[in-house]
Amino acid sequence: MLIEYLGAKEINGSLIVLDNIEDVAYEEMCDIVLADGTARQGRVIQIDGKRVVIEVFEGTRSLSLHNMKTRMKGHPMQLPLSMEILGRTFSGAGVPIDGLGEIFADKICDINGLPINPIAREYPRDYIATGISSIDVMSTLIRGQKLPIFTGAGMKHNELAAQIVRQAHLQGVEDDSFAVVFASMGISADVAEYFKSTFAKAGVLSRVVMFLNLSSDPVIERILTPRCALTAAEYLAYELGMHILVIMTDMTSYAEAVREFSSSKGEIPGRKGYPGYLYSDLASIYERAGIVKGKKGSVTQLPILTMPNDDITHPVPDLTGYITEGQIVLDRALSAKGVYPPVAVLPSLSRLMKDCIGDGYTREDHSELANQLFSMYAKVVDARALSSVIGEEELSDKDKNYLKFGKRFEDEFISQGFDENRSMEDSLNLGWELLLTFDEGELDRIKKETIKKYHKKHS
Amino acid sequence: MSKMNYVVYGINGPVVSVKGVTPFAMEEMVYVGHDRLIGEVISVNKEYVTIQVYEDTVGLKTGEPVVGSGSSMSLELAPGLMSNIFDGIGRPLSDMYEAQGAFIGVGYADNANEKLWDVSVKINEGDEVKEGEIFATLPETPVIEYRCIVPCGVNGKVVKVQPSGKYSKNDVIAYVMCGNAEIPLKISQRWPIRTPRPVKEKIPPSIPLITGQRVIDTLFPVAKGGTAAIPGGFGSGKTMTQHQLAKWCDADIIVYVGCGERGNEMCQVLDEFSHLTDPKTNRPMTDRTVLIANTSNMPVAAREASIYTGVTIAEFYRDMGYHVAMMADSTSRWAEALREISGRLEEMPAEEGFPAYLPSRLSDFYERASYVKTLGGTTGSVTLIGAVSPQGADFSEPVTQNTKRFTRCFWALDKSLAYQRHYPAINWMLSYSEYFSDLDAWYDEKAGHEFISLRKEITSLLNEEDGLIEIVRLIGSDVLPDEQKLIIEIARVIRVGFLQQNAFHKEDTYVPLEKQKLMMYAIIYLYHKASALISQAIPISDIIATGLFEKLATMKYDVENDQLYKFDEYIKEIDTKLSGFGREL
Repeated sequence: MLIEYLGAKEINGSLIVLDNIEDVAYEEMCDIVLADGTARQGRVIQIDGKRVVIEVFEGTRSLSLHNMKTRMKGHPMQLPLSMEILGRTFSGAGVPIDGLGEIFADKICDINGLPINPIAREYPRDYIATGISSIDVMSTLIRGQKLPIFTGAGMKHNELAAQIVRQAHLQGVEDDSFAVVFASMGISADVAEYFKSTFAKAGVLSRVVMFLNLSSDPVIERILTPRCALTAAEYLAYELGMHILVIMTDMTSYAEAVREFSSSKGEIPGRKGYPGYLYSDLASIYERAGIVKGKKGSVTQLPILTMPNDDITHPVPDLTGYITEGQIVLDRALSAKGVYPPVAVLPSLSRLMKDCIGDGYTREDHSELANQLFSMYAKVVDARALSSVIGEEELSDKDKNYLKFGKRFEDEFISQGFDENRSMEDSLNLGWELLLTFDEGELDRIKKETIKKYHKKHS
Repeated sequence: MSKMNYVVYGINGPVVSVKGVTPFAMEEMVYVGHDRLIGEVISVNKEYVTIQVYEDTVGLKTGEPVVGSGSSMSLELAPGLMSNIFDGIGRPLSDMYEAQGAFIGVGYADNANEKLWDVSVKINEGDEVKEGEIFATLPETPVIEYRCIVPCGVNGKVVKVQPSGKYSKNDVIAYVMCGNAEIPLKISQRWPIRTPRPVKEKIPPSIPLITGQRVIDTLFPVAKGGTAAIPGGFGSGKTMTQHQLAKWCDADIIVYVGCGERGNEMCQVLDEFSHLTDPKTNRPMTDRTVLIANTSNMPVAAREASIYTGVTIAEFYRDMGYHVAMMADSTSRWAEALREISGRLEEMPAEEGFPAYLPSRLSDFYERASYVKTLGGTTGSVTLIGAVSPQGADFSEPVTQNTKRFTRCFWALDKSLAYQRHYPAINWMLSYSEYFSDLDAWYDEKAGHEFISLRKEITSLLNEEDGLIEIVRLIGSDVLPDEQKLIIEIARVIRVGFLQQNAFHKEDTYVPLEKQKLMMYAIIYLYHKASALISQAIPISDIIATGLFEKLATMKYDVENDQLYKFDEYIKEIDTKLSGFGREL
């Protein structure tokens, strides 16, 4: 028998406090039914004897101490899942909003997921070719990796994410086992529409699951959105054996929702008002990327987060960087020069690429070439700093040469068209061509044999 | 009293309270709820007992039972630790994988692992045994002999003893008459993780932990039984450095604690270490490694415990007479776990929300590193190397600052070096080691007496370069006089050819001390020769044109570790190429 509790003892922000509740479980879900019959979803977040604190995802507007009834559901937040979710659109809380009806569940999963036993993880080995030189060569995306895009307001991160989705090609995988789960937290309707139309144009819409929480939707619901999306992704990957790319945008809005929720609970804030457990909380999302032994599929995450004021030391990008396996950083100055995609090569990094490139994966010279390009570009930055002090005229020939390389590297290598899909081979060759700017003796990161084989002067 | 039922009253994340007066003691291990989640009592007062739960509390209800275990949070120390992987409270992840599948559920009960071991008993009936003595041994892995120690507090005559043979961890090998009681001796024992294991005496450290990493062994060495901190922002290579140390350092046993880090990284350690061969034993690295994994999405309370679990295992093997190195990656996550629990307890925060007891907990932890004479009379050591992940790469935050107070080696990782792909990105201006005076005698004897003077010259050249670089940044290098240009050039060779080390290169990933010395010697030799020429007014551009600088920058690859005689050729080449200038004069 379902028990309904009438009224509440306290309402504060998105939280309601009920008294005299028995037999309730931590993180149990409940329905809060208003006088007009509409229901909102809530979740138990603290129990103190018979006093229970519930967060209401849709907000507490127009709730009063007397006009509502609370109905405990007896289980944590769950998501009904089946093959049919492909091509469907859900709200941020996992409710279908495309008018195509409920999901006939094949399996019902707890959205919190369970941590993968480290011993059950398969170490990611296969790269995903994105067709973008700055990513493929310099910070290769690996299947099962979590690689965020750090960006700022006004930069072309959405275009970049869309291009990756369109061009992503998994080595040795048929296209029909590749799908995209898209989770939006607090983005504007235009951006959501942009993604939808790009997916449609690329003809992948039937292979996309969307979870939309737009900026006008309830803030607290954003806490659920990535978890719903990842639960769907895990189901598709580990139950149905598909390779899933999860795009989550914008993680900063998500973290802000966590902060809002924390402050309404009266918790002690940490840096910039974010709760002390933000690291654990973000980890519970990001760590759900991976490959599990004995299962066919994989979950790859591509979260997008805007750095407030382009500050990479802001808590959200900072903590994210500590959890994720690298990052792709977009750069305001490059963007202003009109370089697309404005990938800042030096701070960008893919931690997994070292074991997934080279002979047998991409090409034997990949690692040395990438290292050389990094170190040359680092010198370009030094030379530019010097030239801004003493003027380009005064620079040594060596430094002038660096400037020349830097310009070509940005214009020819980093920069590419929105529809330009470069093969790994092409991107690597392009890198070699740019290195022609230098004498062979200056290439200190590449073995002599490799230079002989790939340096144009020799062939 | 023990018949009474105690039940869950309040739940807030991993913190659970029980109302009323209970018999639970501080730091007692308790089982919470129907799923028997493992928890530990962290505060007791007349109204409530507060428990931190090491597993996920989702779905836990008020009114579920809480049962005490009667003992404090402790760890079973038994053969089978080596080459195995455990969660933060010491449960074997491989057994959990078999029992629960790929995802970690709640309420895993330690299964009675009845594996039989080949025990050789070393005592006879009538022998007097004392605590800490070794009464039996068994081969735990092909390279590690597990030595069964008489538990602390047990002294007396052996009254009954079994012959050598196959025994499981629960079998009694012998009985010891201790006072009026017969105490059973088993090959396993339990130890509370928060209590340091007793030793006879601590010995001042005097032997370096040789890591094969040039920047560490030469410039900032750590002693066996010492402490070191590796702070660095994300992407600066903390984990990479820790992995290199775990692979190559000359400790007998490695305890690697992945504390709140990435799951894929632990997976990589497992994968890589099982494929790597230890050059000393020709066996996989895993044979001498214990892994503790609490990945960042595993329960936060267990993260707090994982550090203690690791150091308890390290001390246990130290007491058998081994040199153990423990790597904790990362202690910041551990401190954050403290902060999270502290916040849920509504304690008054000190700096940046961290509890006021953060410094004392850190010092307690690092104090467990030591070079000791064990109760059994042998020597052993525990070296602690903790990574620190400062927020925003800002070294002034509380965890880095307090860690600095309690560790004697500081390997500061630098993001800008990492951007240039200079690995290990240990910044030579910010890092330090306080062990020089303790270790100089050893270096003098084992590495040759010129080692220390070469190191001093290298350090002073790097210092001089640091001052010059400021000027170069402002006005370019052309205006410098030749002797200063030489310093810049030679420092570049030191940086690229010596400090930079390629972890993926077969020869360069581990470099013996002898080669480190010869490399330094060659560099300094070139410096002295060139500097003599410059004082004779020979332009530096001519000296650079000989290609010697480029050549020394790649000698780390060109001279194999077992063909050190090739360094003589380098010296000869320097002589021949530079003597040409002399004749012209």
